[in-house]
Amino acid sequence: MKKFNYLILSFILFLLPTKVYSLIEVDITRGNLNPLPIAVSPLSSDSESITSLNKKLNVKNIGLEISKVVENNLRTSGLFNPLNKDAFLQKPDIAHLKPRFEDWALIKAQALITGKVMLQNEKLRVEFRLWDVLAGKEMMALAFTTVPKNWRRVGHIITDKVYERLTGEKGYFDTRIIYVSEKGPKTQRVKKLAIMDQDGHNTKYLTLGNELVLTPRFNPTNQMVTYLSYFRNLPRVYLLDIETGIQEVVGDFPGMTFAPRFSPDGKKIIMSFAKDGNSDIYTMDLENRIVERITNHPSIDTSPSYSPDGKYITFNSDRSGYQQIYVMKNDGTNVKRVSFGKGLYGTPVWSPRGDLIAFTKLHKGKFYIGVMRKDGKGERLLTENYYQEAPSWSPNGRVLIFYRETKSNSKGEGFSAKLWSIDLTGYNERLVDTETDASDPSWSSLLSN
Amino acid sequence: MNLMKVYKNTFLALILSLVLSACATQKKGDAPQMQGDVYTGTDTVKYLASGVPDRVFFATNESILTTKSRDTLRKQAAWLRKNSSINVVVEGHADERGTREYNLALGERRANAVKDYLMTYGISSNRISVISYGKERPVDSGSDPLAWSKNRRSVTVKAN
Repeated sequence: MKKFNYLILSFILFLLPTKVYSLIEVDITRGNLNPLPIAVSPLSSDSESITSLNKKLNVKNIGLEISKVVENNLRTSGLFNPLNKDAFLQKPDIAHLKPRFEDWALIKAQALITGKVMLQNEKLRVEFRLWDVLAGKEMMALAFTTVPKNWRRVGHIITDKVYERLTGEKGYFDTRIIYVSEKGPKTQRVKKLAIMDQDGHNTKYLTLGNELVLTPRFNPTNQMVTYLSYFRNLPRVYLLDIETGIQEVVGDFPGMTFAPRFSPDGKKIIMSFAKDGNSDIYTMDLENRIVERITNHPSIDTSPSYSPDGKYITFNSDRSGYQQIYVMKNDGTNVKRVSFGKGLYGTPVWSPRGDLIAFTKLHKGKFYIGVMRKDGKGERLLTENYYQEAPSWSPNGRVLIFYRETKSNSKGEGFSAKLWSIDLTGYNERLVDTETDASDPSWSSLLSN
Repeated sequence: MNLMKVYKNTFLALILSLVLSACATQKKGDAPQMQGDVYTGTDTVKYLASGVPDRVFFATNESILTTKSRDTLRKQAAWLRKNSSINVVVEGHADERGTREYNLALGERRANAVKDYLMTYGISSNRISVISYGKERPVDSGSDPLAWSKNRRSVTVKAN
């Protein structure tokens, strides 16, 4: 297990926007048909820094590469249209000091990002500025330092700040995805836990594939993962410390435990425990190991997910005869069915804002990812496919990631499992790059704030 | 009430479509391989001993044992009574047309339906353990109703 280096961030606000003028802004509440044209200038750098960083990181031009990370993030958000660098007229170092706005307006840029990156005392020192080209004004300026090997995260942090300044909402770029990497024939799939940056880079495998692993989920601080492992052919919920690699089984249950998630304060794990053919929902306190039974019903109760304030739990039950979505208080009282549309409903997961529940729906042989309000009203189906399930929210509640499988013939040919993302608006559906086939994605919270 | 009617209708439509598609997959006078949407063929079946099939099949989303399944399980119980030193694991499986977590629970429910039936025929519960694989270990890789029917199964496996 490789240690993750968490950023030691020191933001120095050296120029606060003095007043919010009616500068450019981006509306993220609708499908965006006119993404904002934005120019991301390569970050300028001195030749000494470039040479030693190339040696250290094997990255030829660090400033250019960071700007590419930013561009790619902005493009995949669907809200921005990063312009081709070949058309840029002004040099990066001069643009960062004082852009010639006419030059940038000429290529139709409405916003401009400039920056500077240096190696100082073995640390990466980064400055960047966001400019409103049409108003001819600086909108934001920030500087921070980090260890050189975190250089891609520099790009993600810049994107988060720009996104927040222009949309008014927190970004979701300095984040990771934990998922299940899949290989091999359908009848004997080999599955490993894998973790990667949100943009598909820096993939690391956390298990070897010797036993089946499923449904990994982060804790709120992204240091721990809870998941299902078939270690020694005993399917149980496990806890993994990502940094140390230490794994332990959660609780001492005389049967299968599955469908785990953390409580929003990270102190409990909520999961299903199956006994004598009946699955109910339990919690275990990670500090005092106290186990509590939350549901007690002869039907299948599974896929529990807490509301962000921890007061409610949404879950999946077939107590009505078919899979439906329910909401109850965190002590198991006041159980209410909330899904009443046609079809079967599963995998409810509460949005980080608390107002919506995302779900998987099966209707007439098609699978949908959708959202509904927490009272079950206002159902909206975002995407339809042959098979897809298990949505997970971006930390700002604007994007859902899920996995999709394709049809296969009797030899298993044509089968694939891939991660996809879609905006809450139902627009901007995208394949998420993974090194292997992938399923069961879970989105981390923001790594830096 | 209205809702139940809707369900009933979709359920009937589902059965009908499955029956139709099952018919479509039968060629050249083969014996029918599905009844409703329960697999009745022998393609994937292995034998614990001569005349003792190792598996039973289920309808979509169901854990109810069919007449044929109960017949198979009585044979398994008789074989277990004769071979009192053998313990078994009952594996419960689901098809790929359901969410992963629900299918884990469904597989467990199916395996326990089998265990309970074996117990009513005098097999001690400590000789039978259960494990659910949900939809993780299909026997047929296909994405069609016949393949799914083969995958909705419980398999009794020797544990020692």
